[in-house]
Amino acid sequence: MKRPSFAAILVGLIPFLGICFSVSWWDRATPVVLGLPFNFFWLLAWILCTPAVMSLAYWLEKRR
Amino acid sequence: MSPGAVPIAIIAGIVGLGSGIGFWAGRKRPLNLEEWVVAGRGLGLVLVWLLTAGELFTVFSLLGLSGWIYSRGGPTLYILAYTTLAQVVGFFLLPAIWEHGRAHGIQTQPDFFVQRYGSPLLGAFVALAGVFFLILYLQLQLTGLGIIVQAASFERIGRAPAMLAAAALVAAFVFTSGVRGVAWVSVLKDFLLVAAVFVIGLSLPYIHFGGIGPMFAAVAGAKPGHLTMPGATANLGHSWYVSTVLLTSLSFTWPHIFGSAFTAKSGDTLRWNAVIMPFYVIPLMLIIFVGCAAILVVPHLANGDLALLMVVRRTFPPWILGVVGGAGALTAMVPAAIQILTASTLLAKNLCRPVFSPAMTDQQVARLARIAVVAITAIALVLAMNSSATLVGLLLMAYAGVGQFFPGIVLGLYSERVTAAGIFTGMAAGFSLVAFLILTHRDPFHGISAGFVALVVNFALVAAVSFLG
Repeated sequence: MKRPSFAAILVGLIPFLGICFSVSWWDRATPVVLGLPFNFFWLLAWILCTPAVMSLAYWLEKRR
Repeated sequence: MSPGAVPIAIIAGIVGLGSGIGFWAGRKRPLNLEEWVVAGRGLGLVLVWLLTAGELFTVFSLLGLSGWIYSRGGPTLYILAYTTLAQVVGFFLLPAIWEHGRAHGIQTQPDFFVQRYGSPLLGAFVALAGVFFLILYLQLQLTGLGIIVQAASFERIGRAPAMLAAAALVAAFVFTSGVRGVAWVSVLKDFLLVAAVFVIGLSLPYIHFGGIGPMFAAVAGAKPGHLTMPGATANLGHSWYVSTVLLTSLSFTWPHIFGSAFTAKSGDTLRWNAVIMPFYVIPLMLIIFVGCAAILVVPHLANGDLALLMVVRRTFPPWILGVVGGAGALTAMVPAAIQILTASTLLAKNLCRPVFSPAMTDQQVARLARIAVVAITAIALVLAMNSSATLVGLLLMAYAGVGQFFPGIVLGLYSERVTAAGIFTGMAAGFSLVAFLILTHRDPFHGISAGFVALVVNFALVAAVSFLG
């Protein structure tokens, strides 16, 4: 089976860094942003960014 | 007229309409296994999106999510995290599974193990485990559905008759229409659910607190520390979060999600689907808003799973409770349908045929699978009627279990050297460790989720047995 490209996998790691591994850094109640506790805001922002990041991975896979 | 009459009439109307769509979608389709299980591998982006959204957004997302933020607080964020990251994992692995499936005519997850490792017994083992986990998940959908009807009828209708009626309807449209019917019911389910969640999620904070910011400020004032980890729990901290998110982001290892990959027209359809699917996580954030409002509006509920329904019942007129309840009922029925269909196919094709009657034709398997629909539904129904565990507890155990399929799938796709013996040893050890840690209340184990600990041991054993044996 053909493996995904190394570059696409690196791009796929970006949401894992933002959403998963960095939790100790962003799991705080303050500062409040747009009325949300900081951890809620951070997660929501990353959820919205993930499709953009994965579009890049899609483009990298498609180009091969 | 009793206060429950309006919501119950609306729920019955929505459920009836949804089931009607399910029956309609299956008319004039050939009744062979390929059409019933994988829709002839012909679904485009829209139906694949609806089907995967149907699997992603279950009754657990509605009641369990709002219940967790209500009773446990910050650790609930893991659900939003893994739902998003599961799409990233799916982006890389589902197209490869799809290609493998088309090349070898694979319809189910155990088929994959049989084909790749050349062992029908390994396939039967995977099928047995898969059926077990699916019944746990299915029972959860039925329990959730019972809770919805009970609360929406102002306790006039009990859980048992509600679960019985809904289970019969689901079994009937799975029986006649197969996976294509399920995808079509998702059209109504998704439309209603997203609309209902946006309306209640955005209006509740304004009605009770004057805005989203003031609501979070009020919750933080009344319960400091509730909205960060570990919240109201003793041991669900950051190491638990990371290990649980990593494990549950492998949710494509669920037999029904794995199997739905084969319904797509192309691998590219699945890749695109994974790119856009995180947008579907936004409604989950709104459900968290509802749970936060419930913390102060309907405090002291004995069962957190009731938080969403009770705050809606307290705030809105009966017809809105009815629409939310109807959307919730379909949100239980759609995943239940996919799970019943998958479990029945696993039972007939991958367990009964190789073990009892290897000479069965595919047509006979298709007939047996339809009989299995009734059996699986009945078992889940009995379990749901006698269960007392809360929704998330059951789901965490099943998730920890299905995660143990991961080494067999990913190494099966990309490594030449793994053997059937290695995969079997790792998986059996993984299941045993999950059961031991959870049933003896050792989860999380030193701050790390039991499923993740088991997965590490699983991988180590697969490598040891395959490469040294």
